[in-house]
Amino acid sequence: MRFVSYFLNDRLIIAPEILVENPDLKPVPFGELPDIELRSLNYSFKYSEKLQQILYGKMLLLDELQFPLKTIQEHYENGFVMYNPGVKKAKYGWQCNRCGNVNDHLFASFSCFRCKSESCVYCRNCIMMGRVSVCMPLLSWTGPDMKDKSNHNLMWQGELSARQQIASDRFVEQVGKSGELLIWAVCGAGKTEVLFHGIEKALKMGFRVCIATPRTDVILELAPRLKEAFPNTIIASYYGGSEERETPAQLVLSTTHQLYRFKQAFNLMIVDEVDAFPYSYDKTLQHAVSTASNPDALRIYLSATPSRTMKKEVIQNKLPCVKIPIRFHGFPLPEPKMVWSGEWKKRLERGKLPPAFLRWIKSQAVSGRRAMIFVPSVSIIEKVTELIRGHVEVIVDFVHAEDSLRKEKVARFRQGDIMLLITTTILERGVTVPFLDVAILGADHEVFSENALVQMAGRAGRSKDDYNGQVLFFHYGKSLSMLSAIKHIRDMNKEAGF
Amino acid sequence: MNYCLYCHQFYSETWSWSALFGLKAEPLLCQSCTAKLELIRGDICRICGRPFSLFPEQYRQGDSCYDCIRWEEDEEWAGLLQQNRSLYVYNDFLKKVIAKMKYRGDAELIKAFYPLSRSKFKSITQNSLLVPIPLSKERQYERGFNQAEIFAKSLTGNVQPLLKRVTHEEKQSKKTRKDRMAKKNNPFIVIDEDGVKNKSILLIDDVYTTGSTLRYAAKVMKDAGADQVSSVTLAR
Repeated sequence: MRFVSYFLNDRLIIAPEILVENPDLKPVPFGELPDIELRSLNYSFKYSEKLQQILYGKMLLLDELQFPLKTIQEHYENGFVMYNPGVKKAKYGWQCNRCGNVNDHLFASFSCFRCKSESCVYCRNCIMMGRVSVCMPLLSWTGPDMKDKSNHNLMWQGELSARQQIASDRFVEQVGKSGELLIWAVCGAGKTEVLFHGIEKALKMGFRVCIATPRTDVILELAPRLKEAFPNTIIASYYGGSEERETPAQLVLSTTHQLYRFKQAFNLMIVDEVDAFPYSYDKTLQHAVSTASNPDALRIYLSATPSRTMKKEVIQNKLPCVKIPIRFHGFPLPEPKMVWSGEWKKRLERGKLPPAFLRWIKSQAVSGRRAMIFVPSVSIIEKVTELIRGHVEVIVDFVHAEDSLRKEKVARFRQGDIMLLITTTILERGVTVPFLDVAILGADHEVFSENALVQMAGRAGRSKDDYNGQVLFFHYGKSLSMLSAIKHIRDMNKEAGF
Repeated sequence: MNYCLYCHQFYSETWSWSALFGLKAEPLLCQSCTAKLELIRGDICRICGRPFSLFPEQYRQGDSCYDCIRWEEDEEWAGLLQQNRSLYVYNDFLKKVIAKMKYRGDAELIKAFYPLSRSKFKSITQNSLLVPIPLSKERQYERGFNQAEIFAKSLTGNVQPLLKRVTHEEKQSKKTRKDRMAKKNNPFIVIDEDGVKNKSILLIDDVYTTGSTLRYAAKVMKDAGADQVSSVTLAR
C-alpha cells in the first residue's frame, strides 16, 4: 500500500494515502518512505485495549487485524503503534522482518495493485501466514504493557521422581536470570511435570511464558494438561488453524512456525524437541525463537537426543545442562538387541522377508503385544506390509508422512485395532502406546541416525505396567549409528544407576 | 540446478535430448511435485476440455460431457463459449498450489506453469485477442494481483484488459453450481466495445470449474459484437 509523509511540528509523520485528502502530497509505496521514527507516547490518548491485547508482543500485518485503518493510524500518531518494514533491503538482497529469511530464491516480486509498483518484493518463506512485502508494514504495539492480575497458582498435586526433582530445581533456580539451560531427558522421563514449578515461578514474577514445539499434536496433548495444572492462568495455543489467537495469554503454546508472529513477547522460552526437524534444520525457525523472546529471556531446551553441536557445547561448559537419565516409572530403558538378518534388501526385492525377521513377526503376532516396525523408506512400506500380512493373522497396517489417514491409523493403533504398524522415521517421536515392542528392519540403513534409533527405541517400555518392551535392530552388518545408539542407551542406564 | 517453486526443494532437471532442444517444456517444479500434476490428455469434451477418462461413461454423450450439454440446451447460454482448453486436471495437489497462490498471495507460483502453457497453447492464442478475467477492485486490492492477468503473461499473443468486474461478490469457490447458475446480474462489462467487435476473443482464467464465470464474460463479449469467444485456463 501507499503512504504519504509530511512534517508536523518538525517531525516526520506518515499516513496511508486513503486517509489523507491533500493532493499535494505524493503517495509512495511503504518501502520507499524515509526512515520512520517512533512517535512519543501521548498519555492522554485513550487507546483501544482490544488492540493492545491482540498486538502486544507481536508483529502483525494490517490484514491480520480487524481494525479500521483510521484506528491504527491514530494509535501510531499517538505513539501506541509502530509501522515496521515487512521486507527490507539487506546488505545483499532482501530480508523478511517477520521470519528473518534472507535466501534469494525465497523472495519474488509481482506487479502490486496495492502500491502500484511493477515489482513489489515479497517473502515466500512465510507466505502461509499471509504475504509480507516491501509495501506492507508489520505493526507492533509500542504502548504500555498489559497488566496481569491473575493468580498463577500451580494446582498440580503429583510427585516428581528424584531425578525429575533435580532437573525441576535447576530450572526454578534459573527463572529470573537470563541464559540457557538444556534439559536432557530420556524418552519417557516425564518432562512436562519437570516444567511445572519453573513455569509457576515465572508466571508469578509476571513473566510471559512460551512453550514452542515442532508438532501440533504435542500442543493438543499438552494444552489440557497445562490448563488443569494452571486453572487461573490464561493459556493460548497457536498452531496452523487454531482459534485462540486473540486471547492475551500469559502462557502460550505454539508451534515453532507460529512464532514468526511474535516479537520480543516472552521472558521465558521453552523449546521442546530442540533437535527435531524442522527446527534444527531451518535457520528461520531459530530466528523466530530469538525474535519472539526478550533479549534477556531465559531459554530452556528440551531433548532426549541433543544434536552433536549441543552435546559439544555441554562438554565445553558453554551450555548448562541437567540430565534425567531415568524414566518416570524408575525402570531402565530397554536396550536394543541386534539381529543379523542377511541381505534384507535383496530378499525384499525377491518378495521375501528375512528369516530372522519372519520368525520374530510370527511370534509377535501370537504374543498379543503390539509392535511398531520401522523401515528405512516409504517406497518399500507397502511391500513389507503385504509380505507380513501373508504370514500373520492379526491386523497389519502402514502409515507414512503423506498418508491422509495418518491420524486415524495412529488412533486405531493406540486402541489396539491395528496390532502391527509399519512406518518410517516420521513416527519416531510422540507415539506412546503400552504393551509395545519395536523392530527396525534394515537398522543399518543410512537414514537411521543415532538419534533416530534412540528415539525409536524410546517408544518401547513407556508405561509402568510394561516397562520392559523389546527393541530389535534387524540388520545386514552393524552400522556406527546402531552402535552409538546402543551405547547412548547403556550410558543413560548406567548414569541412572543400573 | 533449481529450487522447486512450490516446495522449495533443491532439484536438478532431468536430462534429455528433447529438453535440450526446447521441445519438451517442464513445469518449474521438482520431480515429486511434477508427478502430482495430471496433464490433460487423451479424449476430451469438445466444449469444456474435460478429459473423459476422469468421469463415468454415463455423463458423456458423443463428444461432449453432460455439463456442457446442459449449458447448450439452455437458450440463454447455448453457443456462447466456443471451447475451453486447460492444461491440468484440477486435482487435490493443484488445488493446494492454486490456493497457496491466490489465498496466501504467492503470485510467483503461477510462473511454474509458464513454459508449458506457452508451448501448449501457442496455436490457440496466436490469432486471438487475449482477455484475462478481471477481479473486482476490492478483491484485487485484497489479493494485490489478478492471477488471470499473470497467467496471461505466459501466453503468446495480444493481451488486452477489455473486461471489468463491477460487483463485489462472494468468492466463487464457496458456491455450488446451482448458486452460480442462478446468478442474475452479469458481473462483467466490456470497457471498449469497439475493441471487441468482430474479434476472436480468448478469455484467460486460472480455473474452469462450472464454466459460469467464463460464460458470463463470453455473454458480454458476444453482446458487444465479438465474433467468437473461447477460453484457456490453467486447471479444469
